[in-house]
Amino acid sequence: MYAQMVKSEASTDDPEKLAAFQARIDAGEKIEPKDWMPAGYRKTLIRQIGQHAHSEIVGQLPEGNWITRAPTLERKAILLAKVQDEAGHGLYLYCAAETLGVSRDELTEMLLDGRMKYSSIFNYPTLNWADMGAVGWLVDGAAILNQVPLQRTSFGPYSRAMIRVCKEESFHARQGFDVIRKMANGTPAQKKMAQDALNRLWFPALMMFGPSDADSVHSTQSMAWKIKMNTNDELRQKFVDQTVPQIEFLGLDLPDAGIKWNEERGHYDYSDPDWDEFFDVIQGNGPCNTDRLAARNKAWQDGQWVRDGLLAHARKTAARKVAAE
Amino acid sequence: MAATLTQDEALFQFLLRMGDNTLILGHRVSEWCGHAPVLEEDIALANTALDLIGQTQMWLGLAGEVQGAGKSADDLAFLRDVWDFRNVLLVEVPNEDFGRTLMRQFLFDAWHSIQLGHLMKSSDPRIAAIAAKTSKEVAYHLERSADTVVGLGDGTEESHGFMQAALDYLWPYVGEMFTSDAVDAAMVDAGIAPDPAALRSDYDALILRVLGDATLTVPDSRFAHKGGRTGAMHTEHLGHLLTHMQWLQRAYPGASW
Ligand SMILES: [Fe+2]
Ligand SMILES: [Fe+2]
Ligand SMILES: [Fe+2]
Repeated sequence: MYAQMVKSEASTDDPEKLAAFQARIDAGEKIEPKDWMPAGYRKTLIRQIGQHAHSEIVGQLPEGNWITRAPTLERKAILLAKVQDEAGHGLYLYCAAETLGVSRDELTEMLLDGRMKYSSIFNYPTLNWADMGAVGWLVDGAAILNQVPLQRTSFGPYSRAMIRVCKEESFHARQGFDVIRKMANGTPAQKKMAQDALNRLWFPALMMFGPSDADSVHSTQSMAWKIKMNTNDELRQKFVDQTVPQIEFLGLDLPDAGIKWNEERGHYDYSDPDWDEFFDVIQGNGPCNTDRLAARNKAWQDGQWVRDGLLAHARKTAARKVAAE
Repeated sequence: MAATLTQDEALFQFLLRMGDNTLILGHRVSEWCGHAPVLEEDIALANTALDLIGQTQMWLGLAGEVQGAGKSADDLAFLRDVWDFRNVLLVEVPNEDFGRTLMRQFLFDAWHSIQLGHLMKSSDPRIAAIAAKTSKEVAYHLERSADTVVGLGDGTEESHGFMQAALDYLWPYVGEMFTSDAVDAAMVDAGIAPDPAALRSDYDALILRVLGDATLTVPDSRFAHKGGRTGAMHTEHLGHLLTHMQWLQRAYPGASW
């Protein structure tokens, strides 16, 4: 997902306090920043929310790649508005993380020097205009499946950020589907673009949910704390089940010969993504890792004088105000 | 051109000038997406670009109507070549850095806001309506770009240096916004739009105040590069911009997106 394989921290806190904390979560109470929380809960959340925020920010790049080539004024406006939303999502999430005692700048530094990750999906390239459809439809679509349950997560600021994010995400998925539908029903060249985008992005989209977590200790702890709401496999299955009929509706070929309706399970069977590829991407060897991180580093370094200048001016203005009083 | 220019032809040219300015500047600003110095600026730049694209749809939409050749705003944006564009050169110069981008924005916003103030009283109700709708957005653009120019001009020594360099580079592109020709004369006669030259004193007052607050020095020269709003000679940059912007429409003619 936008936060993949988040390592959760074991707790070494006072067992009595821990039990009381767990009882609050089990009773459906929200944990607020000023409340006592286990150190592991705090650390895991910083990691997860930070990774989620970074994904929104790096996620601007693959779509930003097509803004200057959008084929109509309306498409350009819709795409710009969408990418602008993603920047806003990053902002809400950094704010939520800041309530846990880590600053946006600290998180940014950790992204830029590779200590923190962002979703594997944004290390894949966007190669034709239909990718702008496929990203909204598949990538935002997959993100929604993860984020809708996170609206009920136990940490108040994260939950409220997710509620705001989800409102906008459904618009993203819809506009993406609209782009790809237009392409799938367009000229042969457009249909080819749509098929190419689907074929390329299908398995990377499945990887967004992370490897099977059937026997992961981290997942068990995070689920007990209601930081993680479903298993990776549950969400992946849900994604496949909702997307296959849409592919058929579009008249595109299925991107995986293993997709078959399984009457007994009441679900679609599908092929597992290549998890070796996934781990390569996570370790920095995806097709775009180097370029994505370089782009973010360049933006940050080139922007240093701007941030410094605005800060210096704000200080001068405040000093002049004091002097005038 | 002057001798044979009909009223509708002049009006069409005028509308292209308005719409091409917002189209090309909106495109330039949109190039920043995901690369701004700080997240809030990414959001603000996208917002400005979005407003400008929306305004383009109105101006070029009306231009297509006036032209009467069945062309949509998209046709005009994506299927004309360099020589048919009528934007001022100022909006087509590359972004270079954040300082030049914001200085260009400010120098344009100042003209744009004054121009729209006049157009709200246009004898052509369609133009007055677009001006009324867009002037609020542009007032906000001006407020933001002016604040940023002041903040960076009066920031650190380094940021001051960037802003002074931006102003020095862009200054020769300012004068073109105030040149007049037969198209403008026809607009003035019909009460549709003001004479560009007449906006200069308001403009100077506005920018001198802001650039003064920004502790920047306005260059002495009044030399002006020209050729954008008449189409006589654009910069080399416009062609490159169009190869991006128009690529899909050109490579796959007739497709609907
Ligand atoms: Fe998002
Ligand atoms: Fe997203
Ligand atoms: Fe989204």
